Amino acid sequence: MSNGLKTLTNGLLKENPTFVLVLGMCPTLATTTSAINGMSMGLATMFVLVCSNIVISLLKNLIPDKVRIPAFIVVIATFVTIVQLAMQAYLPSIYEVLGLFIPLIVVNCIVLGRAEAFAAKNSVGLSALDGIGMGLGFTLALTLLGACREILGSGKIFSIGTFEGFQIFPNNFAALIFVLAPGAFIALAYLMAIMNKLQKK
Amino acid sequence: MKKLESTFLNMVLSLVLIAVVAAAGLAGIYSLTKEKIDDQQNQKRQAAIREVVLPNAEATVEIQITSDTIREEENGKQWVIHNIHQDGQFIGAAVETSGTGFGGEQKLMIGFNPEGEIINYTVLEHQETPGLGDKISNWFKTEKGNQDIRGRKGGELLVKQDGGDVDAITAATISSRAFLKAIREAHSAFKEDEVQEVTGTSQLKNQPAEPAAEATTETTTGATQINETEVSHE
Repeated sequence: MSNGLKTLTNGLLKENPTFVLVLGMCPTLATTTSAINGMSMGLATMFVLVCSNIVISLLKNLIPDKVRIPAFIVVIATFVTIVQLAMQAYLPSIYEVLGLFIPLIVVNCIVLGRAEAFAAKNSVGLSALDGIGMGLGFTLALTLLGACREILGSGKIFSIGTFEGFQIFPNNFAALIFVLAPGAFIALAYLMAIMNKLQKK
Repeated sequence: MKKLESTFLNMVLSLVLIAVVAAAGLAGIYSLTKEKIDDQQNQKRQAAIREVVLPNAEATVEIQITSDTIREEENGKQWVIHNIHQDGQFIGAAVETSGTGFGGEQKLMIGFNPEGEIINYTVLEHQETPGLGDKISNWFKTEKGNQDIRGRKGGELLVKQDGGDVDAITAATISSRAFLKAIREAHSAFKEDEVQEVTGTSQLKNQPAEPAAEATTETTTGATQINETEVSHE
């Protein structure tokens, strides 16, 4: 049991995919223009991670070593497409924002990385826990980054679609650069520095 | 169970098996969600049409969306025209148009009244810079300075930088220019459609035909080679 708990919390802090492993930077930087966008991307990735970890763990003895990467990618791509179709059908407003980046989950290093490093060697239960832990870590990191950028860039937080969100300070004082691409790098760098500082103690 | 050896047969079998199962699963999901996705897109389009032609009307006001004319240029660019009738009266048309902005394609829906004046517009899709070019969504329908284009003839709109009189979005002239060009093209598509319909098949319009000469000069801004096809979809 303690082993399971360790696997679950592993992804949150010690091996946080964004701040420690620094994997999957493309969706991290591109989709975190607001807290809700970051969170949706994180949750979509988490779903794919958990499903692909479970399936790959189940199939690990069926897949010959030499073709494991293409087999993993097919499994991952299948789940990504399912997420994409489901989102398009039931969450159209979020799909509009994230649409372009959903197919990119296929090439997100975290998903393939966990399949290769964890699911292909461990039991189904542990792999599912690993997927949940890593997914949560990724979701938290993206939400945090998105929240920082949204507050600094527009003075608001948790705005989605026509819902304006909560205004923290007036829009006139916001630094637009944080919503644009350079702001993603700046915010990520500072968050990473803070995380490193905290972890060292 | 022992891990399968990497023999040729095993590799082929396991990959084929995985691919077949994945394809079957996806086909199932696709057919489950297809209807819902089409529904969503249709609803969105209907809402946009209402917004640009009857911006202040209650949702219960009934309108008839009759003929959808798709005009196409050879490069694949197209304008979809939704003619709107209310109680048998022609009250205007919503035209789907597009232009190339700073960040990529802008897709717009423009509402024209029978005189060719802009009633309202809405941005369906765009990839403009957040905070700068993405102001196209509201800038041109905000009453301030000389930036409001509602109530104006669609064919004459140019930003000040190009010798016109419309205020471009601050620091986003390219986005504004593309936006107005798309509107001019929509206007000429609308005009031309009107001429076609009055001289041609449909008797639905109570709007007298514009002189053909004007329509021809209008089109020089946008369409050069136009093929017309009538389609009807809900």
